[in-house]
Amino acid sequence: MPQPSPKLLIRRHSAVTRVTHWVNALCLAVLLMSGLQIFNAHPALYWGNISTFDNPLALIGPFPGWATLPSYQDLASGRLWHFFFAWLLVINGAVYLLASLVSRHLSRDLLPTRAELAHVGQAIREHIRLRFPQGEEARRYNVLQQLAYLAVIVVLVPLVIVTGLCMSPRLNADFQWLPALFGGRQSARTVHFLAASGLLAFFIVHVAMVLASGFWNNLRSMITGRYAIETGDGHADRAKS
Amino acid sequence: MPIAQNLNRRALLKMAGGLGAALLTGCDQLTQDQTVRRILGAANPVDQTVQRALGPNALAAEFDEADLSPKFRPNGSTDPDNAAYQAAAGQGFSDWRLNVTGLVGRPAQFSLADLRALPSRTQITRHDCVEGWSCIGKWSGTRLSALLEKTDLKPTARYIVFHCADALPSGDFSPPVPYYESIDLNDAWHEQTILAYEMNGQDLPVAHGAPLRLRVERQLGYKHAKYVMAIEAVESFANIGGGNGSYWADNGYSWYAGI
Repeated sequence: MPQPSPKLLIRRHSAVTRVTHWVNALCLAVLLMSGLQIFNAHPALYWGNISTFDNPLALIGPFPGWATLPSYQDLASGRLWHFFFAWLLVINGAVYLLASLVSRHLSRDLLPTRAELAHVGQAIREHIRLRFPQGEEARRYNVLQQLAYLAVIVVLVPLVIVTGLCMSPRLNADFQWLPALFGGRQSARTVHFLAASGLLAFFIVHVAMVLASGFWNNLRSMITGRYAIETGDGHADRAKS
Repeated sequence: MPIAQNLNRRALLKMAGGLGAALLTGCDQLTQDQTVRRILGAANPVDQTVQRALGPNALAAEFDEADLSPKFRPNGSTDPDNAAYQAAAGQGFSDWRLNVTGLVGRPAQFSLADLRALPSRTQITRHDCVEGWSCIGKWSGTRLSALLEKTDLKPTARYIVFHCADALPSGDFSPPVPYYESIDLNDAWHEQTILAYEMNGQDLPVAHGAPLRLRVERQLGYKHAKYVMAIEAVESFANIGGGNGSYWADNGYSWYAGI
């Protein structure tokens, strides 16, 4: 591999992180598309316990076939996909969380320090100019990565799971307080839709950042675990990154 | 990596587009594959076991009069295209009888007056349609448990099947098939499982299943069979309809609709 500047391959991601990342990606893709299939059966959102058909909170969609699973209208099949992959998402997430707590990945790599938090403004300015940390600074997730990943791990995914459970009439009987947390079952359905939209927004920004900050290097690090960083003065040779 | 650098953006986009289209077609084929459907569907009995273990005798939430939906949407059949049913409806169901058969010690027929004389329950509950919407309604009806005691349900019975007056399509070119539904004993003996003859304080309207509809409050709307004409206690539903326990289960939906 002829490289003009000296590069160092560091171990970026643990095996658990890599495997659960791709399983999670598959789950979220299937859940999003089968979720849109289910949504298309009644493409309206409400607030409260019941559907105020004449006065919905929002009328959205229906979503086109390329966005749904299956691509044609078939609620029964959408539900099959959704409820199978929901289990996979939960099991995969539990494995990741447990392993990350034990290995201290969460506290060590994802929890920003006070000093890192103080640099949020600067980090945003640099990201907007598509300037990313290089060299020694690239050994750690930067503060925006930390905040984005934490938002997904501790806010969006738990929220989408809990609001999803609120859709189940039997769980609503088992835990009557569950839909009440969100102001009723239809509110929970709306929050479920918003949380899923948040995950989609994360996915779009995530992929854009992966592309902008060195696609192959990032992709390799999430497959083999190895991530190349510049050595020496830490200045970026961005054309090659 | 040198190969990658030679790929220009357009080629990448084209590749992504082609890959996307192939994925979509592949996913549709997977969806129609019976083995894939069996694997995906294996989650349903797990849901049933877990959800029931979390609250074996849990009651569905009940609401106040003030919470009633101003408009309760009728779904599925709203006026059965069935001459015998229409004739019975024309007479206000005065000659109508509910047939209770199968694995019961005392098979019997019940008029609406007989049913009203049995122990009843009134409940204001939320009806959650599989499509995603919810309505709150007030239901009064005979407790199914009272009917099963009256007819002496046999210990071999495992499911209660509800045979209905309406018929729905069964595929593109076949004639409609009779609607039917079934529940197991966990739901059959449940306090809130009733055969409703009243909705919102009035005789059950035809659009909502007159003269009698099942209310099985801890499951989705499609389990709440309307136009119930006969009840059959069975050990297995393998030989009824398509063999999956309900019209909707025969059409790809899960038999257990607690999720």
